[in-house]
Amino acid sequence: MKQNWYKYLAVLMLSYVMVWGFLGHIPRQPVLHETARNLYFHVPMWFSMFVMLTISVINSIKYLRNPLTVIDDKAESYAYTGILFGVVGCATGSIWARYTWGTWWTNDVKLNGAAIGLLIYFAYAILRGSFEDEQQKARISAIYNIFAIALLIPLLIILPRMTDSLHPGNGGNPGFKPMDTEGAMRIVFYPAVIGWISLGYWITNLRLRIRKIERQANEA
Amino acid sequence: MVNEIKALIDKEIRLELRQKYAINGMLLYIVSTVYVCYLSFRLKTNHIDKITWNTLFWIIILFTAVNAIAKSFTQERYGRLLYYYTLANPVGIIVSKIIYNSILMLVLSLVGFGVYGLVMGNPVGDVGLYLVALILGAIGFASTLTMIAGIASKAENSATLMAVLSFPVIIPMLLMLIKISKNALDGLDRGESLDEVMILLAIDAIVLVLSVILFPFLWRS
Repeated sequence: MKQNWYKYLAVLMLSYVMVWGFLGHIPRQPVLHETARNLYFHVPMWFSMFVMLTISVINSIKYLRNPLTVIDDKAESYAYTGILFGVVGCATGSIWARYTWGTWWTNDVKLNGAAIGLLIYFAYAILRGSFEDEQQKARISAIYNIFAIALLIPLLIILPRMTDSLHPGNGGNPGFKPMDTEGAMRIVFYPAVIGWISLGYWITNLRLRIRKIERQANEA
Repeated sequence: MVNEIKALIDKEIRLELRQKYAINGMLLYIVSTVYVCYLSFRLKTNHIDKITWNTLFWIIILFTAVNAIAKSFTQERYGRLLYYYTLANPVGIIVSKIIYNSILMLVLSLVGFGVYGLVMGNPVGDVGLYLVALILGAIGFASTLTMIAGIASKAENSATLMAVLSFPVIIPMLLMLIKISKNALDGLDRGESLDEVMILLAIDAIVLVLSVILFPFLWRS
């Protein structure tokens, strides 16, 4: 029970979000209407992705200071879970955009930033695949991970704030503003964030355990 | 330290001048790419959109940069790299490579700009600002790509990897450059582009600092 608390947390929070996210009251917004419920699914994806990628980079930095295979496994698994959340975030956003903007994909800073971020991490996966030697793979992908995230920061954080965007939360579009006035969405949104992040942690842990078993099987 | 960097840059330049085919090859690469674009668009004078003109130019520069810099770690034989390893400080090596590649990129992009302007027409309103964009771009591309080239050279099939790793990383820089050069193209007031220039300088600084911190780890393997 004690070491599995995050699993219970994930199940509890996400079942609450599944039920209350679809049934709960949301403020009427022009254009958005019921699609505003996507806030509980789409936005936490990006939060979780950021958390996963941050942990991955921290592990990469740790690896350079102290080269242990366990740390590299962590960096890898968190990055891959981050990619998963990024892909799902793109998908949920795309479906939402189809109903509100009328297209699956538009030329928008936030969308482009997300796409490029994913490209960087796909490249990270390919880089990992192109080494035979375990140690060299770990070291060099750690270097690329740190290098890439530093260049991603201006892209994801600074650029969207400089340009106007169609995306909710920018340029006078309704986004987080209903949350400021209406507690109804907030009581679902925060649990959703916590729930999805713990789910990400859970997925990563499973992957890590599989890696560990594989390693032991290889040695035996 | 400064002497070491100077000596290493000197070595790079000598090496380049001794094997003239490499630099001549790069010059020919950029000239023929420009000409291919010229023929593909079948230009009568000034028939091309300003935005297309600008974007096309930066894409040519990007590809030239990737090709020119990819060789910076693979050009020399493994044994000789080992020799440098015993001789020089990794920080000295990366700084000298970045400076040398910046000079190379400056030469290439200025020649490229000249030829491009010659055959495709030159609609630039504010040439001074455009040159500033070129200089910032050359330094930025050189510093980012040098580090990526170092990473890619360690792996097998490094040519593909070089492109895959560098394109997404270089996009923020490319977007800023295209914005500045677009402003220059339209001859807007220079104050308009100040923000972008500052951001570019900041990105360049981040890349430089990171390269200096991370390269010793790369060098060791």
